[in-house]
Amino acid sequence: MITSKDKVAAVEQFAEQVTEIEGRSLWQDARRRFFTNKAAVISLIILALIASLSIFGPLLSQWNYADIDWAALSDISTLGRPSIETGHYFGTDPLGRDIFVRTMQGGQISLMVGILGSFVAIVIGTLYGATSGYLGGRVDSVMMRILEILNSFPFMFFVIILMTVFGRNILLIFIAIGAVSWLDMARIVRGQTLSLKNKEYIEAAYACGVSSHKIILRHIVPNVLGVVIVYATLLVPNMILLESFISFLGLGVQEPMTSWGALISEGSPNMEIAVWQLAWPLAFLVVTLFCFNFLGDGLRDALDPKDR
Amino acid sequence: MLKFIIKRLLEAIPTLLALVTLSFFLMHFAPGSPFTSERGVPAAVLANLQAKYHMNESLMSQYFHYLWDLLHGNLGYSFRFTDFTINQLVAQSFPVSAEIGFWSFLVAVSVGVLCGVFAALRQNSLLDYGVMAFANIGMVLPNFVIAPLCILFFSIHYQWLPAGGWNGGAWPYLIMPVIAMSTSYIAQIARITRGSMIETMHSNFIRTARAKGLPKSHIIIRHALRPAMLPVVSYLGPAFVGIITGSVVVDQFFGTGGIGQHFVNGAINRDYSMVMGITILIGTLTILFNAIVDILYVFIDPKIRY
Amino acid sequence: MKFTKTLLASALLSTSLSAMQVHAADVPVGVKLADKQELVKGGEGEPATLDPQKIQGTPGSLRAKDLFEGLYSEGEGGKLVPGVATGYTVNDDNTVYTFNLRHDAKWSDGSPVTANDFVYGFQRLVAPKTASVYSWYAALAGINNAQNIIDGKAKVSDLGVKALDKYTFQVSLDHSVPYFVKMTVNSAMYPAPKQAIEKFGDNWTKAGNLVSNGAYKLDTWIVNEKMVFVRNHNYWNDKKTIINKVTVLPIKDSTVEFSRYQAGDLDVTSFSGIPTNRYKELLKTTPDEVKVTPQLAAYYYDFNNQQPPFDDVRVRKALSYAIDRSIITKYVTGVGEIPAYTFTPPSVDGFTAKQPEYAKWTQAERNAKAKELLKEAGYDKNNPLSFTLLYNTNDGHKKIAIAVASMWKKTLGVNATLENQEWKTFIDTRNLGNFGVARDGWVGDYNEASTFLDLFKSTNTSNNAHYKNAQYDQYMAQAAKANDPAPFYQKAEDLVIDQDMAVAPIYQYSIKRLVKTYVGGYKPNLEDNIYTRDMYIIAH
Repeated sequence: MITSKDKVAAVEQFAEQVTEIEGRSLWQDARRRFFTNKAAVISLIILALIASLSIFGPLLSQWNYADIDWAALSDISTLGRPSIETGHYFGTDPLGRDIFVRTMQGGQISLMVGILGSFVAIVIGTLYGATSGYLGGRVDSVMMRILEILNSFPFMFFVIILMTVFGRNILLIFIAIGAVSWLDMARIVRGQTLSLKNKEYIEAAYACGVSSHKIILRHIVPNVLGVVIVYATLLVPNMILLESFISFLGLGVQEPMTSWGALISEGSPNMEIAVWQLAWPLAFLVVTLFCFNFLGDGLRDALDPKDR
Repeated sequence: MLKFIIKRLLEAIPTLLALVTLSFFLMHFAPGSPFTSERGVPAAVLANLQAKYHMNESLMSQYFHYLWDLLHGNLGYSFRFTDFTINQLVAQSFPVSAEIGFWSFLVAVSVGVLCGVFAALRQNSLLDYGVMAFANIGMVLPNFVIAPLCILFFSIHYQWLPAGGWNGGAWPYLIMPVIAMSTSYIAQIARITRGSMIETMHSNFIRTARAKGLPKSHIIIRHALRPAMLPVVSYLGPAFVGIITGSVVVDQFFGTGGIGQHFVNGAINRDYSMVMGITILIGTLTILFNAIVDILYVFIDPKIRY
Repeated sequence: MKFTKTLLASALLSTSLSAMQVHAADVPVGVKLADKQELVKGGEGEPATLDPQKIQGTPGSLRAKDLFEGLYSEGEGGKLVPGVATGYTVNDDNTVYTFNLRHDAKWSDGSPVTANDFVYGFQRLVAPKTASVYSWYAALAGINNAQNIIDGKAKVSDLGVKALDKYTFQVSLDHSVPYFVKMTVNSAMYPAPKQAIEKFGDNWTKAGNLVSNGAYKLDTWIVNEKMVFVRNHNYWNDKKTIINKVTVLPIKDSTVEFSRYQAGDLDVTSFSGIPTNRYKELLKTTPDEVKVTPQLAAYYYDFNNQQPPFDDVRVRKALSYAIDRSIITKYVTGVGEIPAYTFTPPSVDGFTAKQPEYAKWTQAERNAKAKELLKEAGYDKNNPLSFTLLYNTNDGHKKIAIAVASMWKKTLGVNATLENQEWKTFIDTRNLGNFGVARDGWVGDYNEASTFLDLFKSTNTSNNAHYKNAQYDQYMAQAAKANDPAPFYQKAEDLVIDQDMAVAPIYQYSIKRLVKTYVGGYKPNLEDNIYTRDMYIIAH
């Protein structure tokens, strides 16, 4: 990445520090390493800005995301242009609805799909992987076999079937997207768990008679969290893209709500006559995905330096 | 090796069976039926239609009927394109998607790997930044934006290429679909290649090779490239299937008549046999490509044995 | 002269030489034809079938019009043009039609088209074995025993059709149907090639197997890519056919179709080929290519008449009045659609519905009246009316739903929640009556008012508004028997819309097509019965 020099420097710096200072927690180190990565920090700031704009942005406009500007409707390609006077900072969509507010509202949905979808994937993946890795033996091999079988499922197709069969439920979109994305997570967590399993403190807990599910939840899961967070960050952009593909197929959220994907697929037929309808949501989508990618790289370097 | 292949084949059977079962019942529980139409269909006609598709039987009996036909390679009649069987439709559309998929894959792998390797070798140079910026943009631009942009540019403004159609896969008809399909994969592959190449170049055995004074090109081609390809290869299996799945966008914008559109429309039209047929096809392909990737692993990484 | 020479030089075209020497009558004098007579046209979606008796929907019938020919066809302005029939006689009470068939009509395999092929075709339509979803058409036309055969209560051979001799075909009806000849334009009433159907079974519509009697025969059919037709030299009027090859592209999305038209891939678009957002621009840049004409089809919203609050006529009227139809047709659909206040489109043949009272008011008056009615019905700010507006997933329907819901919100303070469903789910929901207000549309099957007004008969399966009124059924029954049904149609229309507002009419569809200036012979009509054999390519 652009910041690799920084990262290498950071890792070297870290290596020196390790010999000098003893007893600093993993998380403190990670934070230090993370904040030396400029691209990741800037990405985090931009993401925070986009998120807060999505939430509070609609308050800055006189329009509501469902309102039609009847005056602009008569000629969208001129009256619907972005303008400060009309209050349509980003212009209007083909029905005279405000693109600024809709982009913000769409941002809420897209970010929510991204984050909640990843969350679902993480929860399932972590629990599955940790259980499989900790219990080991036959249980492990059966669980891994199941994972391999699931890996052969064309999951994108399942999402489409689900959407057509059970209708447009935003909750369902999260769950469907999340439920198809946990496989890699489970595999990674299992690998981590296998190495953690033989650590003294786990053995100590086991010797004290702590039950398996308590060991998994209290000791294993917190310790694999670093890796999990890194992969979650990298999952979010995929989720957002997946949602936009579903929206393109016409299977996304119910009107008048919208998402970036829905706005982009509505805007792209008008790119020659009303480019703002495509440009704004696309710009927000692209910047957000960019930032998540940088953030993910930054977190990976910070939390998991060996993995490079 | 042979044992491994046999094992994978045997594993494929329960996987496919689970896939068939799940999609079969999911599909049939959907509201609406393939015969739902705007005008009420007369009861007698409906009964005859249902008989043609065995839909007058119980769901379980339909299920076993389907499995029996499947065993004989018969995917049944399409509910949507009533003049065709699914076998005929798949035979018509799959080669199209496979051809687009093949070229997109070839372009994605060759361009992606080249870009990734050069970016890694010139780490932090202008070339590196340029390649990676392109890769990042390619990754985040949805292909349903790239496709109409291509048409606007190549077909309407410059009239260099036909705006759609397939014509048996003549190359002018192939270019835009391949661009639209491969962009995001080029980007992903470039990213992965770059990362693993940098890591490999920092590893001890490359240092040793350098210390021995071997020429740089020799080091890269003979020593570094192979281990650096491992993460790329593991990405290829799902990627190939993703290319075929993603072809719905290409089918819609370029009217190529591939298999992606069949699936999506099949689900919407409750064309049970179409959805089932394509799900099975894609499932089989997924299993096949995962197996091929595992076999490729053996050739690339001598440490892995089955 | 030069033209003939190039043709002579071309070995490929030598067979069609005779056709070229005598120009079709309707190519205006002085028009120079292009050397390459090939047409590429938009075909909407991919048809489910090419079997004329099974076709339902425009993609299929559009293609069938080039491949097959029925007793009669439609020309410019919808006037009947003889097809395989050269003429007909009818008895006094419009129940027995006798068609004389031309002796030179042939199938593409060279065998003659006879009255038996029509008998076979008509029987096939109703035969339970065919399982045609369009079999109701024969019953609608009132052919003797059609309904009984469909229901399995009579034998196929009992159908009221007869070949009096090889070239005389007779149809007997169970009630008076004065517009029966108009109904023969539909593909369901085309002849069927028994020889091919019996030989190839389910595969008879495949390229290579299909035997047709129209101006073209099927050359290639690649699903979702294209269909190619070539000249059928056995067609009786082949001499006057000019275009040699027709390619139909099954593009559903009008934006995609438009871009392919722009790129020069298409000569003629489908009937919805002008995207709303491009219309104004096209009128300025290429006005000669824009062909917008009314279509025999109505766009409307169903109220669920059996369910509160829509069982209250005041609520139905309030909602209907508050729809500003001119804004919808001007800016939301925006390509020549006509605001509708009656259910039957005014352009239908033989009956022009009187504009009801509310059509004459200004929108402000309508809004005021709507508010008043809704208040009377017991809904106001403190007790707002809330319901779900159901529509099927489609960009156009979505826009209209958003606009209408927004109008209701603005004028009446009504909360309409939008819900879109996939087509099949949508149809199911609507049939079951699980909705408040639902989007609906109706395309006339033939150019006569009953195709629209029959919908509201309480027994009609397409009566999605679930409107039930004995008086209405009686008017329609009287109309069916009357020599002049128009007064009864008017009574029915007044009852269902002006008085009961069972549905809210919104607009009459338009046929919005782009046709390159070098394509001649495009003759639009209400039902969009367009035949490639009437067209020609001008040298360009």
